[in-house]
Amino acid sequence: MGDAAKKLPRIEINPKLCKGCSICVDFCPTNVLEMRGTCVAVKDLAACTRCQLCDLRCPDFAIQVFD
Amino acid sequence: MSVPAEKKEKISVPFDYNKYLRPGKLPHIWCPGCGHGIVLKAMLRAIDKLGIDKDNVCVVSGIGCSSRTPGYVDFNTLHTLHGRALSFATGIKLARPDMKVIVVTGDGDALAIGGNHFIHTCRRNIDITALVFTNAIYGMTGGQYSPTTPLESIATTSRYGNIEPPFDTCEMAKAAGATFVARGTAYHTLELEKTIYEALMHKGTSVVDIIDACPTYFGRMNKYKSATHMMEAMEKDGTVSVKQVDKLPPEKVAGKMLRGVLHKIDRPEYCEQYALLVQEKAQAKSK
Amino acid sequence: MAEKQKKRLMQGNEACVEGALYAGCKFYAGYPITPSTEIAEGMSVRLPKIGGKFIQMEDEIGGIAAAIGGSLAGLKSLTATSGPGFSLKQECLGYACLAEIPLVIVNVMRGGPSTGYPTGPSQADIMQAKWGTHGDHPAIAVTPAYVQEILTETVRAFNLAEKYRTPVIVLYDEIVGHMREPITIPAPGELAVVDREKVTCKPDEYFPYDERFEIPPLAPFGTGYRFHVTGLNHKKDGFPTNDSKQIGEGNMRIMRKIDNHLDEIWKNEEIGLEDAEIAVVAIGSTARSARYAVNEARSMGIKAGLLRPLTLWPFPDKAVTELSKRVKAIIVPEMNLGQMVLEVQRCSKKAEVLGVHRVDGEPINPGQIIEAIKSFK
Repeated sequence: MGDAAKKLPRIEINPKLCKGCSICVDFCPTNVLEMRGTCVAVKDLAACTRCQLCDLRCPDFAIQVFD
Repeated sequence: MSVPAEKKEKISVPFDYNKYLRPGKLPHIWCPGCGHGIVLKAMLRAIDKLGIDKDNVCVVSGIGCSSRTPGYVDFNTLHTLHGRALSFATGIKLARPDMKVIVVTGDGDALAIGGNHFIHTCRRNIDITALVFTNAIYGMTGGQYSPTTPLESIATTSRYGNIEPPFDTCEMAKAAGATFVARGTAYHTLELEKTIYEALMHKGTSVVDIIDACPTYFGRMNKYKSATHMMEAMEKDGTVSVKQVDKLPPEKVAGKMLRGVLHKIDRPEYCEQYALLVQEKAQAKSK
Repeated sequence: MAEKQKKRLMQGNEACVEGALYAGCKFYAGYPITPSTEIAEGMSVRLPKIGGKFIQMEDEIGGIAAAIGGSLAGLKSLTATSGPGFSLKQECLGYACLAEIPLVIVNVMRGGPSTGYPTGPSQADIMQAKWGTHGDHPAIAVTPAYVQEILTETVRAFNLAEKYRTPVIVLYDEIVGHMREPITIPAPGELAVVDREKVTCKPDEYFPYDERFEIPPLAPFGTGYRFHVTGLNHKKDGFPTNDSKQIGEGNMRIMRKIDNHLDEIWKNEEIGLEDAEIAVVAIGSTARSARYAVNEARSMGIKAGLLRPLTLWPFPDKAVTELSKRVKAIIVPEMNLGQMVLEVQRCSKKAEVLGVHRVDGEPINPGQIIEAIKSFK
């Protein structure tokens, strides 16, 4: 299988729970996320390595990465 | 068994927190960037590793920001009075030694108003795990200095800088007799999960001092730019793992707090002693 | 059976231990304080023999807090103290009122204020037993006057605590606490023992503060009902609320559950009140002097009688009001500077009310009361 067919992860963001602290954006090692107003958003899904740091350090149960 | 190279890619299986969260209680009351939510998640993952029935877990807290934790989690939960969580928990544990009793408390709750209960719980070595959420401030009441506020830090009651030296929670727990003492941070979240798990597995009083950030009060008053800045400066750069400390030059260790399991010994646990030495003797005497 | 009826010489505080055990108490947590310590000592010997739990905590607050924990875990729980310790326990007492945790607290009253007179008696915690903790709250306090009665009233205190899901105070002075009298330990079954109502519904249908019940049953922790308990004003599911309607309703319900059952909670002893012209209202050791004084007055041809509340809180409004319509005067002797007398004045419709007080650590003797009775002749 080539890179083109590489399965992308699914990043679930709950805007009702995100308080906009930007911890996930700041600590993402591959710059996947960005702040849009007061809520996090995915900027570059392909860069995601599924390391889960965003989920682990999110204080608000607002973001999870699924394979 | 060898794993094919492509499978070594991290496979993301996010933790299902809903298994332990009470439905409809989120969002929690904590401010944006507050570390308590990160610690709560590590706690839930650690409890999950125990593989015990939720009916047999009791989470007790006192008063303060961190003490709101029990309201969110689907166990037997008790939100008590300021400083008294460990005493309520002692009653529950003694009445029901089969239950896993966890106390969630803040630095002010555990060490100031509840300081006496803290040291005596450690002394008894009753099988309770105390998770001390140390944000070095009274958040719920608006940012007053606490027993762990560093010297010269600004708080709403130390506008000219704090002149009271802070407690070292771990040193105090150890000196008072706790048989498992550890420190973690919200930044080192996987390490924290493991530390809490070890504390929960330990028989006796276990204390985990957890450094986490209060960006709203401590952060703003002490010129931290953001929650992230606090986590990097205080939790990442302000601590050093007990496993690395011997390998580092002194200048890299100076002024930093030790992280990891700092003290672990075996000593008879209170409820077991009660059953063995008190109840058995009393019953033999009455025969 | 015959052996059980044998008289035993016993101290008041020891009788309290017998009463607690008779009532099924399985948990004690407390802190040593004069003049109540014999209760802790007795419980420390007796509880382990019957599979119960005793713990001496690091302070008075820890004592009541652990007892609340024991009760939440399903065991009938007791803590005992005296004056300064009773002050320290007040915050937790309010917690038990609002969170509706059954609990019995014994306060053996000593001289105050402050450290005061630890080995001397007083009745100066009467108002503290009602108003000591902050906020409006229900209060039940029973006031035995005899060693035998300390036993039976301790049993009644546990029964009231379990039935009404509330803390109950056993309030007696140092004199009765340390007095020795021959008493009879009742045979099992002789006194009624109320156990906590069992919860039988499905866990997802259980609400610890279900407003459909006047007194919702309390499921012990660790029995499959995972619920939340807090000292904040809460909803029926136990979670905190800021909703004024629910706050008001919750605060009213904990009062109502007591107010709707006053006739079951009130208990008075009446001596010679049928034709009395002068009545004495007294509790504890003072009531013993009053009984003597009333009899003496009768022998002098004065129609005197005694109303002795065994339930001091809720205050026996009805009995005092009715009495006040029939008698010329009500005398209220008490070892304080005027506490119960305020309640008697509040309830009196017609009769003149006179307090007899002393706070020198000495009991109120019959002579003082006789003098007061004679002053109305």
